[in-house]
Amino acid sequence: MISGLLHDLSRFFPSSRLLTGQAQLAPYESDALTAFRARPRAVVLAEGADDVVETVRACYRHTVPFVVRGSGTSLSGGSLPIEDGVVIAVNRLDRILKVDPCERIAVVEPGVVNLRVSEAAAPHGLHYSPDPSSQSICTIGGNVAFNSGGAHCLKYGMTANHVLAMRVVLADGEIVEVGQPGVESVGPDLAGFFVGSEGLFGVALEITLRLLPRPAMYRTVLAAYDSLQKAGEAVSSVVASGLLPGAMEIMDRLAIEAAEAAVGAGYPRDAGAVLIVELEGPVEEVEAEDVELMRVIAESGAYEVRVAGDDAERLRIWKGRKSAFSAVGRLSPDFIVQDGVVPRGRLGEALAEIGRLAEQHGLRVANVFHAGDGNLHPLILYDGRRSGELERAEELAGEILRLCVGLGGSITGEHGVGMEKIAYMTDMFTEVEIETMRRVRRAFDPCELSNRGKMLPGAEPPALRFSGLHPLERDGKISRE
Amino acid sequence: MSETLLSPESLEELPEAVRSADRVRPRGGGTKPALSSCADGASTLEMGGLNGVVEYDPGEYTFTALAGTTLREVEELLAGNGQHLPFDPPLASDGATLGGTTAAGLSGPGRQRFGGLRDFLIGVRFVDGDGRLIRGGGKVVKNAAGFDFPKLLVGSLGELGVLAELTFKVFPRRGITRSVIAEVGDLGTGLDVVASIASSSLEPLSLELVPPGRVEVRVRGSESALDARLAGVRQRLGVESETIDDDHRFWSDVRDFRWCPDDCALVKVPTSHGMIVELEARMAAADPPRRYGVGGSVAWIGWARPLADLEEILGALRAPALLLRAPPEIVPSDLATPLLAYPGNGFLDRVRGVLDAPGRFRRREGGA
Repeated sequence: MISGLLHDLSRFFPSSRLLTGQAQLAPYESDALTAFRARPRAVVLAEGADDVVETVRACYRHTVPFVVRGSGTSLSGGSLPIEDGVVIAVNRLDRILKVDPCERIAVVEPGVVNLRVSEAAAPHGLHYSPDPSSQSICTIGGNVAFNSGGAHCLKYGMTANHVLAMRVVLADGEIVEVGQPGVESVGPDLAGFFVGSEGLFGVALEITLRLLPRPAMYRTVLAAYDSLQKAGEAVSSVVASGLLPGAMEIMDRLAIEAAEAAVGAGYPRDAGAVLIVELEGPVEEVEAEDVELMRVIAESGAYEVRVAGDDAERLRIWKGRKSAFSAVGRLSPDFIVQDGVVPRGRLGEALAEIGRLAEQHGLRVANVFHAGDGNLHPLILYDGRRSGELERAEELAGEILRLCVGLGGSITGEHGVGMEKIAYMTDMFTEVEIETMRRVRRAFDPCELSNRGKMLPGAEPPALRFSGLHPLERDGKISRE
Repeated sequence: MSETLLSPESLEELPEAVRSADRVRPRGGGTKPALSSCADGASTLEMGGLNGVVEYDPGEYTFTALAGTTLREVEELLAGNGQHLPFDPPLASDGATLGGTTAAGLSGPGRQRFGGLRDFLIGVRFVDGDGRLIRGGGKVVKNAAGFDFPKLLVGSLGELGVLAELTFKVFPRRGITRSVIAEVGDLGTGLDVVASIASSSLEPLSLELVPPGRVEVRVRGSESALDARLAGVRQRLGVESETIDDDHRFWSDVRDFRWCPDDCALVKVPTSHGMIVELEARMAAADPPRRYGVGGSVAWIGWARPLADLEEILGALRAPALLLRAPPEIVPSDLATPLLAYPGNGFLDRVRGVLDAPGRFRRREGGA
């Protein structure tokens, strides 16, 4: 199967774009979920949509599984290769095909880096709203596959809310159009359905994005509290006031310490938690809302309040927040990022329980989260060289996810299920629901070739408790260091 | 033609009701009869018995309600807590339901500001063609787990599943509204002005064009900021304008199509500015009542001539459209679907094959 495929591919691609050597393949073994590795048999460096289509069709003919990869920033193992499968690297499909200021849309290839869309739209006073922390390297194709979020989702939604249409090659090689090129459409929202399907239907080749006017003004406020609980209560007060900030973020003491050590954003180091609230909109409107916001913050028990006076100060505040994940690397040799969601009103309860669980497992947890939409990002710190610590960390991660589901939330807000959270799908969905998803997937991909092993638990009954080795690891399909 | 009526009274009864007939078509408030018509012999699935808000916590910005719940009931409940449905759904005053609005994929003029129905539906329970109750999405505002069935069912016209229960994100309704209206000139000028306001940071709540050149803008915000923002709008209008202080009635008439006479078919056509120019040229002779909403992203047309004439225009422009209602005399009796000029789609066919294998939701005997 694989030898026939390689033979076919070698007719399309020069050896410089069909990598099969061990050293060439090594960089593709892992993504941002670095604990896991798997070695593909070949990597195709696609340069155009035709390259992707040819490779997908060849994989289908030879029944060889494939994974499409952009920048490999997935935190859920979404772009983890399949052992002895094919990786289709789409970084070179990085053309912005059109920016139409009149219709306020952009048409891009999947390898375009997220931030470049906003840069291209900026001369027209427009921007692309979803802003994952990795926006300076992650690609739109990956954002589409995993319905990526960011700090501004409460007001403007996730990737799915900004994708209008796509040209797609399905896993069996058929090319279809989904969606319509404007914000209004008729018929089922097929583009919306494709977004977040984690590559299980096929590959987006051309993506039409909605652009929004860049707000005339931002007002970014950083408030320091002596406890996490007070910061959480402040969020509830902002919500109750009727204000709708563009972003509300909280970092706890450990996350602040890490961010300060990494980028020196100037956060108060002695704070138990900081809350970042950002208003945005027309100048006069922001100024009017700011009066209300400052009143709410003043009553919330903040012991220090800073307001970004200019763009540079605003960016410095955000730099601390957006660098938090990587900064935690300074505190610990290894860590797991979780992505559970709880109803906003149960944030306090969830955080207290996470603290208790962490203590029980003898591990440290740093909390950074999108407070406005209840999206937690507990960073579980561990040292993989210490015997049993990884297992304890994974057990804790699993208990946190089940906690989120139990409180009425979700196992993932924006990172996707990938391979990392696959064992928890059954905590959220019934067997009938998962089976329905599987049947939909098979309608596009009868042999389950495209991103095999992601999102949907396998035919074998999934482990009820996720601890110790990952099921694929046990089977020798993947390994980690 | 005698009509079979199924009237489930609860979520538990719905799957059985779906399974009890060869072909079923849900009907909520009946405000979009072109969607719920059973002239092809399908059994009507009366959804009015499945009504009521199941969960609502204002602090979460979400609520969950059964599909037959009327928009009116939801809007009153939300308004009591200073909140609203930001996509401004049409036909609330005529009795439209959450399920029907979702299945039709309809948003009103206020969707300019924060987005359409697709942007606010976060969870569904629906019954597929095999009578299985399936959940998609969730009850929290941010969620990336599983396939996005809520989005798939927006605009699905009851053809992929029967909506049973819906969870929406809502927003606080803050400040007051005011509107400005001006005749800015010909169609080209009208479109330019609309584009300029849409791309600006003025953040209008609604932005509409009545051809050739009447531009209508609504702004919501803090009272102290409103004058300055309206000044920005007037500057872009560039001509003398009329201000409407109490604009509620004006916009509810727009939203509920009070401008569309009863003897006209009501059709929604997604548009671009380029398409509007062509559509205007081709409709010049008929000169139907019409308006362009959401900054020129959608046309609402009241068509009094034979529907086939409009279909021909739409076909030539490759402009898919949705028929919401029509007097019987202008619609062919064998009209297969309320979607006009809608191209075949291999992706949709495959999804349909899974969610409606028995063909319970198909539009006519033996048809697709």
